[in-house]
Amino acid sequence: MIDLIKQPWPWYFSGTMIALIMLLLLFFGKSFGFSSNLRTMCSMAGAGRKIRFFDFQWKNQIWNMMFLIGSVAGGYIATNFLSNPSPLKLSPATVADLNRLNVSFDGTLNPASLFSLPALTDSKTLAILLIGGLLVGFGSRYAGGCTSGHAISGLSNLQLPSLIAVIGFFIGGLIMTFLIIPFIF
Amino acid sequence: MKLIKYMLAGMLFGIIMIKSEAASWYRIQEMFRFQSFHMYGIIGTAVVLGIIAVMLIKKFNIKDIAGNPILFHHKERAYFKYAFGGAIFGLGWALTGACPGPMFVNLGSGYAGMAIVILGALLGTFLYGVIKNNLPH
Repeated sequence: MIDLIKQPWPWYFSGTMIALIMLLLLFFGKSFGFSSNLRTMCSMAGAGRKIRFFDFQWKNQIWNMMFLIGSVAGGYIATNFLSNPSPLKLSPATVADLNRLNVSFDGTLNPASLFSLPALTDSKTLAILLIGGLLVGFGSRYAGGCTSGHAISGLSNLQLPSLIAVIGFFIGGLIMTFLIIPFIF
Repeated sequence: MKLIKYMLAGMLFGIIMIKSEAASWYRIQEMFRFQSFHMYGIIGTAVVLGIIAVMLIKKFNIKDIAGNPILFHHKERAYFKYAFGGAIFGLGWALTGACPGPMFVNLGSGYAGMAIVILGALLGTFLYGVIKNNLPH
């Protein structure tokens, strides 16, 4: 059993499990949407005193913050206890493309050259991470949701606005991948 | 005690994000370069099953664990904010390889750089709150 879990999961099993998370939250009387937590965190830090957008009943969102804390723990557990050492099966075409951008594929989930502690001493890397995060935070609130809220919850409920948002995610992603990343990496 | 179940659900979510490799910068690059079916398969499976499940919940008026009807909210009708806000999100998603969930999951995995991405995301959310009323929606 544990050996089965330790293997990388096939896409159809992973997709089924994500749908299960959405259903689990629906049965708890909530809805699956992760980026609301970023707004909640701003409100918890006191942003609501000056800015109306953050002046809301954030205590109703504590359940979602618990979900967030659980997700950090889940990342720790999966990485340390539920992984096998075999490298990620990334497409050779992607490996070649990334090599041309001087990002080497190290077989893990995320490149150490961007996300490891030593990488943070490089000011360009710091800027990439900070600006990238800023775009995600700003964009998800502007669009009223992220991958979980729109692509999973919204599309499951056949919401046209979510479809527009998901198309927007892809347009932005393609622009970054093909038009911007080649110049900054 | 009532809150523990959300933490357990989050924990399961974190494990899924790592084991599915959806929390991988490499996999997101591969997706945007159309070089593998992996991410499309994950999202496609989740959406197809999600659509069926939501239809069944509506058809049979299935209740939640507290006995209340499960409600689905219609997203506000608009175009610009979803398309434009979504595109801004997409720029950041492709650059950092992380949407909001995986940022935190990967922090738990031990990627220190994710703390900077999260800081950026909080700043971006804050900035949106500040200038919201001056933006077209």
